[in-house]
Amino acid sequence: MIAIVDYGAGNLFSVKNALDFLGFESAITSERAALSRADKLILPGVGAFPDAMRKLEAAGLSEVIAREAERKPLLGICLGMQLLFDWGFEFEKTRGLGLIAGRVDLIEAPGLKIPHIGWSDVKRAASCPLSRGVKEGDRLYFVHSYKAVTDMRHIALYAEYGDLVPGLVFRGNVFGCQFHPEKSGAVGLGVLRNFCELE
Amino acid sequence: MLAKRIIPCLDVRDGKVVKGINFVDIKEVGDPAECAIAYDAQGADEIVFLDITATHEGRGTMAEVVRKTAKHVFVPLTVGGGIRGVEDFRALLRAGADKVSVNSAAIKNPELISEAAAQFGSQCVVVAIDAKGDGAGRYRVHIHGGRIDTGLDAAEWAREAERRGAGEILLTSMDTDGTKNGFDLAMLNAICAAVRIPVIASGGGGKISDFTEVFRETDADAALAASIFHYGELSVMDVKTELARAGIPVRLL
Repeated sequence: MIAIVDYGAGNLFSVKNALDFLGFESAITSERAALSRADKLILPGVGAFPDAMRKLEAAGLSEVIAREAERKPLLGICLGMQLLFDWGFEFEKTRGLGLIAGRVDLIEAPGLKIPHIGWSDVKRAASCPLSRGVKEGDRLYFVHSYKAVTDMRHIALYAEYGDLVPGLVFRGNVFGCQFHPEKSGAVGLGVLRNFCELE
Repeated sequence: MLAKRIIPCLDVRDGKVVKGINFVDIKEVGDPAECAIAYDAQGADEIVFLDITATHEGRGTMAEVVRKTAKHVFVPLTVGGGIRGVEDFRALLRAGADKVSVNSAAIKNPELISEAAAQFGSQCVVVAIDAKGDGAGRYRVHIHGGRIDTGLDAAEWAREAERRGAGEILLTSMDTDGTKNGFDLAMLNAICAAVRIPVIASGGGGKISDFTEVFRETDADAALAASIFHYGELSVMDVKTELARAGIPVRLL
């Protein structure tokens, strides 16, 4: 069973719909025990970094997620992906979950529109089980104003928008998609399927 | 490179798809979820449901339409029409909408934009602006399906919407809407110059060349159209194939 972490931020239902469509059992939950029992965790999220971290901490979930991520696959989506890093700089400096080394900064894209909204083509970088089947030039749906800054060895897919925008990041069992795999058509569903099929 | 988006719009009344010509004269056809699935298969980059009569006749069955659609369609879904407050945002987002577009209610209470952006994030707040040219290069915002002239300047209003946290502007030209004679390039240029958030062009898309033109001549990020797709005159993929041929970046399936 895949637990979709409910901490009051994000469109949990879209992720659930996509997993249902793909035929993987999942549950939306905020119960710590359910996160411990689950085979995999998905951390969704839209909104702002500081608010999301406060909600996770208030619900007593940040510790559980960090602990469980040591023994089972975790996928953060959009803001949920950004929370995997050490620090966020949206509005104020905020400590993240610290599961992947790096920080989250405002996109610097002189002359381009902010937020970065829409279907950007991606390039492949480090080899990762989740990007299996994604080809160079495939387009995925992004909606964000902040981006991860991390080492290239953690970046499996990236877009170019002003500068390099990590699309799929990972470290061991911890994965993060800046794009919305549940809203990126067949290519996105393929990434989600890869995650669901991880051992 | 970011793709230019093609967005079919489904006008929905009482849970059924309709299409208005110049906002009046309505013909009823089809199930919204079925239409959305068909558009997704044609390569729609996003799908908009517009609850066209909600402003006068109260909330329809939109949440149910969205719930049903979101189980089968995995591209962004935007819902607009008759949104009054933050509660409407919540209900539609919970039903599976990714964005909610707000029009008249934001004019009456601009604070709604700020509240929705703070609670749900800017990414889901689309401010829809219906505007009409004054013949002197300025554009006035109209509400209630175009019946009331607010006197507001569209560029100023777009700037305020951006400042309050809107993630996108959906700009409909009342001068070109329903004409199928092409998008309102001058109005789009005026609004694109006023804001840094993405602008969706709406009103007037009637043939393939209208779409190539709008992306060549303006900074619009997306183009929305209803009837040409709805009546099957063109498929979404017909338009995107031609855009790709013209060197405009699009998502091909």
